[in-house]
Amino acid sequence: MTLTYREACKQAIRDALLADPRCFVMGEDVGKYGGCYAVTKGLLEEFGPQRIVDTPLAENGFTGLGIGAALAGLRPIVEIMTCNFSLLALDQIMNNAATLPHMTGGQFAVPLVIRMATGGGRQLAAQHSHSLEGWYAHIPGLKVLAPGTVEDARWMLAAALADPNPVLIFEHIVLYNTEGELDPAVTAVDIRHAKVRRPGGDLSLVTYGNSLPKCLAAAETLAAEGVDAEVIDLRVLRPLDMATVIASVARTRRVVIVDEGWKSGSISAEIAARLAEDALYELDAPVRRVCSREVPVPYAAHLEEAVLPRVDEIVATARSLLAPR
Amino acid sequence: MADFTMPALGADMETGKVVEWLVAPGARVKPGDVVAVVETHKGAIDVECFLDGVIDDLAPLGEDLPVGAVLARVRGVGEPAAPAPAAAPKAAPPLAAAPERAPVTASGAPPRIKVSPAARRRAQELGLDAERLQGSGTDGAVTLADVERPAPRPRQATVARRGFDPAQMRRAIAAAMARSKREIPHYYLTSTIDFAAASAWLAAYNRERDPAERLLPAPLLLKAAAKALTEVPQLNGFHVNGVYRAGPGIHIGWAIALRGGGLMAPAIHDADRKSLPELMLALRDLVQRARSGGLRSSELTDPTITVTSLGERGAESVLGVIYPPQVAIVGFGRIVERPWVVNGQVVARPLVTATLAADHRASDGHLGGQLLVAIDRALQAPEDL
Repeated sequence: MTLTYREACKQAIRDALLADPRCFVMGEDVGKYGGCYAVTKGLLEEFGPQRIVDTPLAENGFTGLGIGAALAGLRPIVEIMTCNFSLLALDQIMNNAATLPHMTGGQFAVPLVIRMATGGGRQLAAQHSHSLEGWYAHIPGLKVLAPGTVEDARWMLAAALADPNPVLIFEHIVLYNTEGELDPAVTAVDIRHAKVRRPGGDLSLVTYGNSLPKCLAAAETLAAEGVDAEVIDLRVLRPLDMATVIASVARTRRVVIVDEGWKSGSISAEIAARLAEDALYELDAPVRRVCSREVPVPYAAHLEEAVLPRVDEIVATARSLLAPR
Repeated sequence: MADFTMPALGADMETGKVVEWLVAPGARVKPGDVVAVVETHKGAIDVECFLDGVIDDLAPLGEDLPVGAVLARVRGVGEPAAPAPAAAPKAAPPLAAAPERAPVTASGAPPRIKVSPAARRRAQELGLDAERLQGSGTDGAVTLADVERPAPRPRQATVARRGFDPAQMRRAIAAAMARSKREIPHYYLTSTIDFAAASAWLAAYNRERDPAERLLPAPLLLKAAAKALTEVPQLNGFHVNGVYRAGPGIHIGWAIALRGGGLMAPAIHDADRKSLPELMLALRDLVQRARSGGLRSSELTDPTITVTSLGERGAESVLGVIYPPQVAIVGFGRIVERPWVVNGQVVARPLVTATLAADHRASDGHLGGQLLVAIDRALQAPEDL
């Protein structure tokens, strides 16, 4: 069955609302407007204003409400319009959601899910286009998910809601309109493991989110040149599944990490550091990275394209690690 | 100056004996050259040297030397000849001497030669000096491929080869297999695979070709196993000191029964990347050399897994014993015609029983099952093998 990433997100939310009366959706424009990216369109009509709650433009406030609701036993799904705005709620996310289970000695769980749109590529300019999931992956107490396929968009939410910890889901704005095949045999996914999306023996492309389709396209270009690239979809940025990454690198011995975040202090930096710590002797070439240019994401289409990781850049970086053939 | 030492040709080898030098003192050697014939319990093995330079100080023939003992010294090209050694050339080399490391260049020395971490580790395992190799990698670094690349050279003189001693081989097999059963918690899985598609493909392939170019089922089974291992790499490697380490490639040890008893499982390197005709040739060559002598040292040290196929006169299935430090052995029984259900009908089909014995310390049955499923899948599409 083919469906869009957006529709997959919506079906996941609808399933959750039908399955559990404790579950509700809260955020800016999620109700009457149907969601800034139209993910929740139609849900207000189906579930009513008790379950689909429009909030004021006050991220710290409604995220705090979500945490309180989770502490009190509900299963809130908080939507933050873009992850740039989530910085207004950073105090609630980091100082409350991520720490309360720890500070109460495990007496309180915070089974909260926060969905955020992330990333650039739709000319939304510097205040709506950044990739901050790598920052959140820094915080102990959170789980950070980055669905890069329709399948993960469809099934990660249920796993996130079943988790007693606060879980952040980063949905890439470019992926919403993309279509993918949904395997009817799959009705659940885990939120622990990275996945090999394309096996290959010559080098590993380690990535997540909207950089996944770029890496798969790069792998096809490389295949035409006789280079067999393996593509690893991280899926979960915290906790990182380094076992899968290292197993891949131990096979291919070459790695390019592709991350739409800025390079400095990014999740790509963390992966490179862990490879240096734990897999140095597997490497047959330096670790290379393709990240966004370290500037605010521009509005102009050609500049935006130049700033974000591109397929040709991934291909060129991969080639630089291989002997000329 | 680097030492060329007695290699460990398998987990069960403790000593070896140089029975022939194929190079003269002062000869130029390149990485991959076969320089000596060493007699082991597996018979006479052609031992490759992975150093580059001028070989000298050859160890005397006929002496039992432990693994790691210095067999010769190799001086880099352009390196001045060492001062004449005080020891007489006939003196026995030091036993199990620690390999001599070249001193780290001090500052002011020529720029450091770049060697990738993986290449450096492999070079150490092979006892060769990676800094003497020509680098082909990023920034001109010496890579794993540079370290492992053999430089084939035609044999200059053929000599009478010594066969193996069956009693000695029996003892070596006994030691290795007893160790395997003592240390490795084996688990076993079995799958019956419909071989009809492969059989039909093979018949069509062979009909078009001269007898010399025809294929037997063996390369199909071998390639199916190799392809499956690309999907389940956790079974292709070594369990050493409590840790699993994936193999550097899919180097399948192909079990070969020897006339007069005993067996060996020398490597077919990168079996997943070889075509069926290439594998057929490799199998013929390997079987011939295993039985008559002339295996290379790398073929004995490199297997990352063993595959045993019983052939047309064998039993219907085999539950193998793992050759340590490998973590798995795949077995194929005789291809037999049996009743089989296809689309609800019982029909006669050629079937082959595939088995897996794997090390439970390194993997679990669920994973092992995936390998057998992948082998089955590969054999259903023989045209893609």
